Amino acid sequence: MKETPLSNCERRFLLRAIEEKKRLDGRQTYDYRNIKISFGTDYGCCIVELGKTRVLGQVSCELVSPKLNRATEGILFFNLELSQMAAPAFEPGRQSDLLVKLNRLLERCLRNSKCIDTESLCVVAGEKVWQIRVDLHLLNHDGNIIDAASIAAIVALCHFRRPDVSVQGDEVTLYTPEERDPVPLSIHHMPICVSFAFFQQGTYLLVDPNEREERVMDGLLVIAMNKHREICTIQSSGGIMLLKDQVLRCSKIAGVKVLEITELIQKALENDRKVRKEGGKYGFAESIASQRITAFKMEKAPIDTSDVEEKAEEIIAEAEPPLEVVSNPVLWTPGTAQIGEGVENSWGDLEDSEKEEEDEDGTDEAIILDSIKMDTGVEVSNIGSQDAPIVLSDSEEEEMIILEPDKNPKKIRTQTISAKQEAPSKKPVRKRKKKRAAN
Amino acid sequence: GVYWVDSQQKRYVPVKGDHVIGIVTAKSGDIFKVDVGGSEPASLSYLAFEGATKRNRPNVQVGDLIYGQFVVANKDMEPEMVCIDSCGRASGMGVIGQDGLLFKVTLGLIRKLLAPDCEILQEVGKLYPLEIVFGMNGRIWVKAKTIQQTLILANILEACEHMTADQRKQIFSRLAES
Repeated sequence: MKETPLSNCERRFLLRAIEEKKRLDGRQTYDYRNIKISFGTDYGCCIVELGKTRVLGQVSCELVSPKLNRATEGILFFNLELSQMAAPAFEPGRQSDLLVKLNRLLERCLRNSKCIDTESLCVVAGEKVWQIRVDLHLLNHDGNIIDAASIAAIVALCHFRRPDVSVQGDEVTLYTPEERDPVPLSIHHMPICVSFAFFQQGTYLLVDPNEREERVMDGLLVIAMNKHREICTIQSSGGIMLLKDQVLRCSKIAGVKVLEITELIQKALENDRKVRKEGGKYGFAESIASQRITAFKMEKAPIDTSDVEEKAEEIIAEAEPPLEVVSNPVLWTPGTAQIGEGVENSWGDLEDSEKEEEDEDGTDEAIILDSIKMDTGVEVSNIGSQDAPIVLSDSEEEEMIILEPDKNPKKIRTQTISAKQEAPSKKPVRKRKKKRAAN
Repeated sequence: GVYWVDSQQKRYVPVKGDHVIGIVTAKSGDIFKVDVGGSEPASLSYLAFEGATKRNRPNVQVGDLIYGQFVVANKDMEPEMVCIDSCGRASGMGVIGQDGLLFKVTLGLIRKLLAPDCEILQEVGKLYPLEIVFGMNGRIWVKAKTIQQTLILANILEACEHMTADQRKQIFSRLAES
């Protein structure tokens, strides 16, 4: 899909806001968004969330023959992929520029800085070495992919454990994780990229630009640094002219930020190590709070569902008892059945049919589940179970239906509940349900 | 048996009669191509503005915001929109002002905000003087006197999706004091 164009109005607003030192989400100029690191059940698997930008990192290893000119060193392989779910503009054929740029930057940051000791990956010189492969997938793009990706890569590498190997003469024994505990990689330091976005020909600077800010920026400066204040990589793109003191200032800011981020990473790794040692539960499933949708959401907001119950009970009390469960579909031909009546074609007739809806009897109300926090969801399903014949379900193959073609089709009626007190009438969306007949 | 099912959705599907905010992406000959967030850009004829004639063309540039409604919207065809109602009057449609902020929310929130007796809008109106345009395609354009106020409004509206009525009242009362 084509990217949504940036309107002049937005561009103007963003630039004016930056001139007044205001960012869209209320951050300060040098503030990072919230970084959240969670680990999977396997060693070497992690998800890093930088605000809404999400990167999944996975490290794996394999025993291979070494390169001819580097017989005693292991092989490192980095790969960043922009998943199509990250942004509508990412399509299989169309991402090449950005992809190449990001991959190249990551490689320089991680490989050329020698953060991983490749000599320690050698098993038998000239014959067998470990090949470590880091795969990064961008799951959601909300700006500043490179920072999130570099954090994910280094966290995954620190978290990873490779199988233990012992060499006796010519014999190489590879131990399974059950025989001997897997061994962590030997990592010298943790390089982390920090991005600076420049606006108005270098007059204004923002750290950690989000997606909107990236669209209007003039240029980007990426500094990869570790906590010992050593610069691993520095790259300036966009063609802006930067003054010497601007670059020095950015490197100082990067130093501070990298320290904070490194602390956060250490804490996350430590927590995970503790949980695994104590035998607690770990993994992605644990890091996502249960009974919540895993969509991006604002910070926790408790839902007050006390009024929902009353209203729901009122509705149920006042409503007529629902008709019998759908059991008598009309069989037209073998394999084709109809439950309920079809809807007439109303192409072009939206206003008239809206009015028809008002006239239907009062118990048919629209479901409004504005925030599907599971608290409300649980209420709904509870109330649903009191009210036995709620038939709506997503599974198409729920019931075995025995078809008798000569009964009258019955209308499906469902009790619906309004989850908020606000007036329910909205722009309605029509849905037709047909259950596939089981033969 | 007709069912109205309201759900969480961010992706817009053009529907005839909907008022939407679009971004002009191209000017070609007699029509503008306007991105409305659907699968295809909508086409907007330059004559579909109030007071536009062949000689008197509307002043629309690429990248401008347009508030209009769909006259043709099928799922298989490119939708067509106009900035004029059936009597030939603009009634608020046309090019939206130059300043202000455009942001995206879910479709469900827009429908909630546009409901006849929505409290959120009334409370927001009491806070600051503002101009606001809602597009059924999930886009909201808002403009207040200062950038800070505009940003506050944008953040409140985005957050309204996930707040209970009480939390909202708290936030509004805090803002009204400061």
